[in-house]
Amino acid sequence: MNRAGLAILCCLGIAATAGRAQDNAAPQNKQSSSTAKSAGTGETDRGQQVFEQNCARCHSAPEGFSPRISGTVARHMRVRANLSQVDYKALMKFLHP
Amino acid sequence: MRHRSIVTRLQVTMDLHWSDRNKTHRNACADIVAAMRRVTQRLGVPNAKRLGRLAALAIPVIAATAAIAQNTPTISGGIGFFTSTTGGNTNYIPYAKPVLVAPLGSYLTVETRATVLETFFSRASKGYQHSFFKTMDYLQADVFAGPHLTLVGGEFLTPFGTYNERLTQIWMETFQDLPLVYGVGTMNTGSSVGGMIRGSAASTPRFSLDYAAYYSGNSTNSYFGAERSSGGKGEVYLPAAGLEIGASYGRSLAGTHENFEGMHLWWQPIESGFRFRSEYGHAPNASGYWLETDYRLSRFGGADSALGRLEPVFRLQQTFRGKQDSNDGLPSVDTQRADFGLDYHLPHELRIDTSYSRQFSSRGDVNIWETGIVYRILLPAWKGHLK
Repeated sequence: MNRAGLAILCCLGIAATAGRAQDNAAPQNKQSSSTAKSAGTGETDRGQQVFEQNCARCHSAPEGFSPRISGTVARHMRVRANLSQVDYKALMKFLHP
Repeated sequence: MRHRSIVTRLQVTMDLHWSDRNKTHRNACADIVAAMRRVTQRLGVPNAKRLGRLAALAIPVIAATAAIAQNTPTISGGIGFFTSTTGGNTNYIPYAKPVLVAPLGSYLTVETRATVLETFFSRASKGYQHSFFKTMDYLQADVFAGPHLTLVGGEFLTPFGTYNERLTQIWMETFQDLPLVYGVGTMNTGSSVGGMIRGSAASTPRFSLDYAAYYSGNSTNSYFGAERSSGGKGEVYLPAAGLEIGASYGRSLAGTHENFEGMHLWWQPIESGFRFRSEYGHAPNASGYWLETDYRLSRFGGADSALGRLEPVFRLQQTFRGKQDSNDGLPSVDTQRADFGLDYHLPHELRIDTSYSRQFSSRGDVNIWETGIVYRILLPAWKGHLK
């Protein structure tokens, strides 16, 4: 039962930490998203397309995330969604213009 | 993953036990606990545990020295709490599936995912028994070898069909239970240990063509369990129609060599809340399919409205059994199942899942009620630098 309690405590701890971190990170990402839209370059448009046609096939967009991890997120999607290098760069530009 | 597969089997075992009137509930639970012990004992290798811990410590340290710009390692994944009631017996399952992704330089990424859960199930006499389970779903290195080629080495999710690679993360799957045909082509563990090539063979605004091919060796330890096998898949996606069609092939090279084939079709009209997913799997002695539709009611007041947060889901499944074969993971008799679900998307990446399923087979019909709450995580592993 000790192990069970520890597991539940860990889950709650992770949730609390993650909640705080995401609350802090969300505004930054919203800012970068709005910048992406206002930039409106061909590459960011293509990046949005890449997101909608590949990433969104399996899951919805996150509510927000830190721009510090936009490159890592794009890399993860390059492998998971089988993106070509061109599409990967467009997605990266979209996530962090 | 592996545990889900094991749990699915145990679930079948439980169904069989409970349908057998000569066995008491207590005996059934004792058998399940014994089966879990056998599994953990068979797979336990201390050296692999040490290696896993070392890797878990080493990756963030190396990544910290190599991280640049927006490439701060991430911790993502999901944590949740589920309940599942089958034939009047309820299990409670706290569940976590964390993912760590760490870029190392410009061409290399290391990523890993673990499954940690505790299952509480009722005793015949009084109170609850519980069992703890943890495993590594994958620990892989990705090398971007070219514009259309990625080399993957280590332990990775076996590329067969769509469910294993795309939907086994708990915040992504719409139902708690894996499809009945999940075992076809995933080689018992869902993971492979070896090498894989994958990528986009062609990508234009009109279509894209993806591929994956792998070879796996045999591994019997608890963290990196895999079966000797090879296989691959290819798929075409037509963005204008929102249509994806693909085919998969897998060959088990352990013991009796067997071939597995699969096909999938996904349709998701652009800018629509509607989604249709389907998959067919064929094994030497069984076959089956699943069809799933869901519709996010965002049209009614927007995605953040009370109604727009609702997502009704329906899944239909059928399996056909020829000869008995323990390798394909399909039910031992012809089985039909209908799943009705209603998910509710709360703010801050929380989701509540509810579902009712009715399963029909010659071994007895069962009702399955499931509820759960899932939280999606996506955050930097630490404070990194930003260009």
